[in-house]
Amino acid sequence: MNKQIITTIAAFGLTLAASAASAETVRVGVAAEPYPPFTEPDASGNWTGWEIEFMNAVCAEAKLDCVVTPVAWDGIIPALTSNKIDAIVGSMSITEERQKTIDFSDKYYNTPSVIATAKGSGITPDDAGLKDKIIGVQVSTIHQDYVTTHFGDVAAEIKEYQTQDEANQDLAAGRVDAIMADSLALDAFVKSDACCEIVGAVEDDPAILGAGVGIGLRKGDDELREKFNAAIAAIRENGTYAEFSKAYFDFDIYGQ
Amino acid sequence: MLEWIAGLASWELLALEPPGWGGVLLKGLAVSLQVAVGGYLVGFVIGVGGATGKLYGGPILRDILDVYTTLVRAVPELVLILLLYYAGTDALNKFMMLIGAGPMDISGLVAGIFVIGVVQGAYQTEVLRGAFKAVPHGQIEAARAYGMSSPQVLRRITLPGMLPHAVPGLSNLWLIATKDTALLAVVGVAELTLVTRQAGGTTKSYFLFFCAAGLLYLMVTLISNVVIRRIERHARRGMPAVR
Amino acid sequence: MGPELRSWKEPHRLVLIGIGIGIILLAAVTMRWDWLPRYSWRLVEGVGTTLWLLFLTSVMGFMLAVPLGIAQAAGPWWLAGPARAFCTVIRGTPLLLQLWLLYYGLGSLFAQYPEIRDSWAWPYLRSAWPYGVLALTLSFAGYEGEVMRGAFAGVPKGELEAGRAYGMSPWTSFRRIWLPRAIHRALPTLAGETVLQLKATPLVATITVVDVYAIISRVRQDTYLTYEPLLLLALIYMMLTGVLVMAFRWLEAKVPVKGG
Repeated sequence: MNKQIITTIAAFGLTLAASAASAETVRVGVAAEPYPPFTEPDASGNWTGWEIEFMNAVCAEAKLDCVVTPVAWDGIIPALTSNKIDAIVGSMSITEERQKTIDFSDKYYNTPSVIATAKGSGITPDDAGLKDKIIGVQVSTIHQDYVTTHFGDVAAEIKEYQTQDEANQDLAAGRVDAIMADSLALDAFVKSDACCEIVGAVEDDPAILGAGVGIGLRKGDDELREKFNAAIAAIRENGTYAEFSKAYFDFDIYGQ
Repeated sequence: MLEWIAGLASWELLALEPPGWGGVLLKGLAVSLQVAVGGYLVGFVIGVGGATGKLYGGPILRDILDVYTTLVRAVPELVLILLLYYAGTDALNKFMMLIGAGPMDISGLVAGIFVIGVVQGAYQTEVLRGAFKAVPHGQIEAARAYGMSSPQVLRRITLPGMLPHAVPGLSNLWLIATKDTALLAVVGVAELTLVTRQAGGTTKSYFLFFCAAGLLYLMVTLISNVVIRRIERHARRGMPAVR
Repeated sequence: MGPELRSWKEPHRLVLIGIGIGIILLAAVTMRWDWLPRYSWRLVEGVGTTLWLLFLTSVMGFMLAVPLGIAQAAGPWWLAGPARAFCTVIRGTPLLLQLWLLYYGLGSLFAQYPEIRDSWAWPYLRSAWPYGVLALTLSFAGYEGEVMRGAFAGVPKGELEAGRAYGMSPWTSFRRIWLPRAIHRALPTLAGETVLQLKATPLVATITVVDVYAIISRVRQDTYLTYEPLLLLALIYMMLTGVLVMAFRWLEAKVPVKGG
């Protein structure tokens, strides 16, 4: 009994020591939730998706040893600032609000935001269409910001979800009338569930919706940012980006 | 409705090999158990120290320990987990910087063990303190009179004497520890509850996976109960039967 | 608390209190609290939701716990068995899992029946709080049902026989002797269970019920602050627990446990 306890404590100590030793690796935080087609766990427990391939390509280009570290989305920025992870590759849009707290690399994709509803709901992605409706959004997203700012007065209620997946689920379950999210994420959702359809993009608001998605980094971590920027430019240039994107999208999601 | 029945009945989703998610669930269970066992042991170390401090420590130590146990027991575990998970590791890293060491990489698993350990420590302190106090003082004095050294008294009198009083509380805390690990899902540790929801979200078979995970937790509890009953019988040997 | 002196006037305690106040002042001065006025009203509302949830689910859970306790202590096997199984399942699985099973599992089921979607119940079934109330109620009933089982079983047989000797019908003896005695026996555990229930309420925030925890999460996401909102939240729950404990002490003093 005693020996067992000692071995367990020793093993525990070793885990601590082992994790302290690997200072060279870059811990890349991804949101610990299914967010197809960008990041989702597969049945063997590995993380897959476009963004994982993007991360692998960028890290290979920059000669960085990256490890995927799943973190809860609503705590992903605190996780970065409290040193639990070193970078966020989580479809995080570059916004002024976030830039007060963290830095971003250059953008690596940019897609519009759209509204999805149950099929045949007749809801349009504007004030008139969303009047007295319940809108679901994921917390700490540009979509939450947008919906609160633009539809906060007309909507019956804005429901906030910890993960996009839960918002999707509740749209399918009829608990919300509409959800707003990234067009590609919702595209993947409406293709997987016959319940719902995308009714269109919302009117652009660059101040809120930002200028594309970038890698989130700690403030002042300029060395890493330069490395990522160079790598993003390089994989755009040498065709790697187009190569791994082909399997997911039939157009260039980098945007203008 | 039909779709839902199909979802519930698609047992192949639970297969251990991909495309089944059974393996992922079991891996999640393993993480949950590691956190529970680790946290429980950390809590036990804190509990022994805390109980000793509360009984034999100076007034300042006792007050500080009182503050610790009161605070931890008054705040929801979910809030403590968030606080310790983000703020605790942040503080640790700032401390490491301060003493000149590099930032420490704290994995979700280790952070989880730490968090559950701190929470468990407060409760175990109280259980062990109560059990220590239940050993009749006369027995300890008698042992001293026989010329036993302090470690001898501890090993031969105090520990065997307190065990029957500590076991019910400690076993209850073990069951709580196994269930508290589920709260780590909220901070993104890939334990059973979180991987269950990920599996449910990816496959849309929420019901199937939540029921499967529920069964796994239930099995842990039931198996623990069998073991606990054995330990209790062993610890209570020679004592009058309960009720 | 032991026989030792428990006064805050001891010198070391004054120093400790001083240090405590110092830490609070330091936190108040050096940390960012400028968000507080913006959210204060919503925080009050959140505390209201939390307390309302606590009260409703504790009362309903207790009302469910009484039959669960009787069924296990004295019911026929076809009642005792299911009651026991219910308590085992509730106590053997995490509340978070139960909550998600009800909300995401069961809740998504209803939407597939057009009859339900068109019925009067749909506005309730589509909102989140009924699931939170249900899960918390069942949880309280499961834990307290176990306590009530012991309480019912522990009422001395002689008292019930005495009741019968006075010519009471089984129902009267249950109502006048067994139930009140069992509730009295369970009363001391009620304070602890209610505090545990309070500490379980923030879980409903994970299914979009907006309690005080959810408001604080909102603050965290809006401000990206790590410490301040969580510290305030811990303080709020500490005060709620304190008030709850004091309320129960007052209640227990009002209701003397007759006959010990």
